[in-house]
Amino acid sequence: MTRGMEAGGDRPPIGVLALQGDVREHLAALAACGAEARTVRTAAELADVEGLVVPGGESTTIAGLAGSFGLLEPLRARIAAGMPAYGSCAGMVLLAEKVLAPDGHEVGQQTFGGIGMAVRRNAFGRQNESFEAEIEVAGVDGGPVTGVFIRAPWVESTGERTVVLAEYRGHPVAVTQGNLLATSFHPELTGDPRVHALFVGLVRRAVLREEPALPWGYGPPGGRHAEWRTVGSPR
Amino acid sequence: MSTPSTAAPSAHETGTPRVKRGMAEQLKGGVIMDVVTPEEAKIAEDAGAVAVMALERVPADIRAHGGVARMSDPDMIDGIVNAVSIPVMAKSRIGHFAEAQVLQALGVDYIDESEVLTPADEAHHSDKFAFTTPFVCGATDLGEALRRISEGAAMIRSKGEAGTGNVVEAVRHLRRINGEIARLTVCDRNELHTAAKDLRAPYELVREVAEAGRLPVVLFSAGGVATPADAALMRQLGAEGVFVGSGIFKSGDPAKRAAAIVKATTFHDDPKVVADVSRGLGEAMVGIDCDTLPEGERYAERGW
Repeated sequence: MTRGMEAGGDRPPIGVLALQGDVREHLAALAACGAEARTVRTAAELADVEGLVVPGGESTTIAGLAGSFGLLEPLRARIAAGMPAYGSCAGMVLLAEKVLAPDGHEVGQQTFGGIGMAVRRNAFGRQNESFEAEIEVAGVDGGPVTGVFIRAPWVESTGERTVVLAEYRGHPVAVTQGNLLATSFHPELTGDPRVHALFVGLVRRAVLREEPALPWGYGPPGGRHAEWRTVGSPR
Repeated sequence: MSTPSTAAPSAHETGTPRVKRGMAEQLKGGVIMDVVTPEEAKIAEDAGAVAVMALERVPADIRAHGGVARMSDPDMIDGIVNAVSIPVMAKSRIGHFAEAQVLQALGVDYIDESEVLTPADEAHHSDKFAFTTPFVCGATDLGEALRRISEGAAMIRSKGEAGTGNVVEAVRHLRRINGEIARLTVCDRNELHTAAKDLRAPYELVREVAEAGRLPVVLFSAGGVATPADAALMRQLGAEGVFVGSGIFKSGDPAKRAAAIVKATTFHDDPKVVADVSRGLGEAMVGIDCDTLPEGERYAERGW
């Protein structure tokens, strides 16, 4: 993938939302994939990137800061317009249209939305239940990745356009829809860049305006998800 | 927890170093706030705290009331755990591993083996590898930080002087830790062995720090942050986040001050933001000149 990008002379800038969370690890993982990675804290910085990673962290903190600093609407607009985005853990929560409490009841938490899914926060438990496990992810070659699950969410339900890429104990833990990707776990903590490479590939194809066909050969057309904005987005 | 109906044959490992240290990585860029009631915990969460520290009295009150400061009441910790969705930390006394066992049984997300409570053991810190729950520990210099990490700490906070509202000790300790790290990065192999002896820390850890140019775990600042500018200062000095103890709920308008410190922590290098959020916060907590603290009331000197 890195080689292909160099051949095309194309290193689209990819941002990591740097309001709070494990930003440095995502920057390092993107750089390991040959991407030009930079931090994004303002609407102006968001306008300059071709893709965005929403890192792990506290989703309530990140959403609150995004609201306070005028990033919420620009983020929703870019995502709705097809900007590729990848969220790990808290990032998965923030790309969801619906957020559920650990006990499963819906909470009106602010999100950026984009992926038709309801995500249950801390579904795998609190910190004492945090764990590592080997996870097979569709579209990631070379064997399972090590999933680091920290107070991790799972995907409770999905829309018809959402594709499940990985499950653990019967619950989706990696999903994609169009140009969006989300994982319950933290590949950025492992030094294995394969999940980030998948995302860098999504960004590159979006920039080159290639068919938004995904590397695993199926999946919904990418781009606009306007209909999802009206489905249960907790505005 | 779900019962594994379609259990994958993969190993499922809890309490690994990566899971413990990784939890602290998720807190980076954030503010961890001391709270004594579920209501305060809610205010902290709404203000954007990444975690709360559940305790019975904030350090300023521990100073004022005196006596032995111990682990909090389990009912009080439960109340806070149930009030918020963000992680909850709680303090054990230094070396009091039975208190730490109780905190783990209560299901807190992080244990702070803290000098703010009265030490239970004057020679030994708790063996933190024995726990699934990760630990954060205080340090005044690099050697102390590495000794805590060698005992299993998954996060370090510079100690500062809790309950004073005076940032001077926090600055001193963070500068010392980062200065000592910087010096290690220019040591050659021969010098590193001596450095390890001088730091009274394991050679392997010293070498790891020298190569990486930073601690192998997340480093926050604590003890004396009372204003948004204090938080911005500690971040610019290299803290990856801040603990705020008495500074919020001992001030005139806790909700507003808490939100302001969160914003200043993220935009620490943007003075316009720090200026904006510093307006109209009401009274800050009353500070204490650390030089006036009598012997025995300097919490930073507890632990070794």
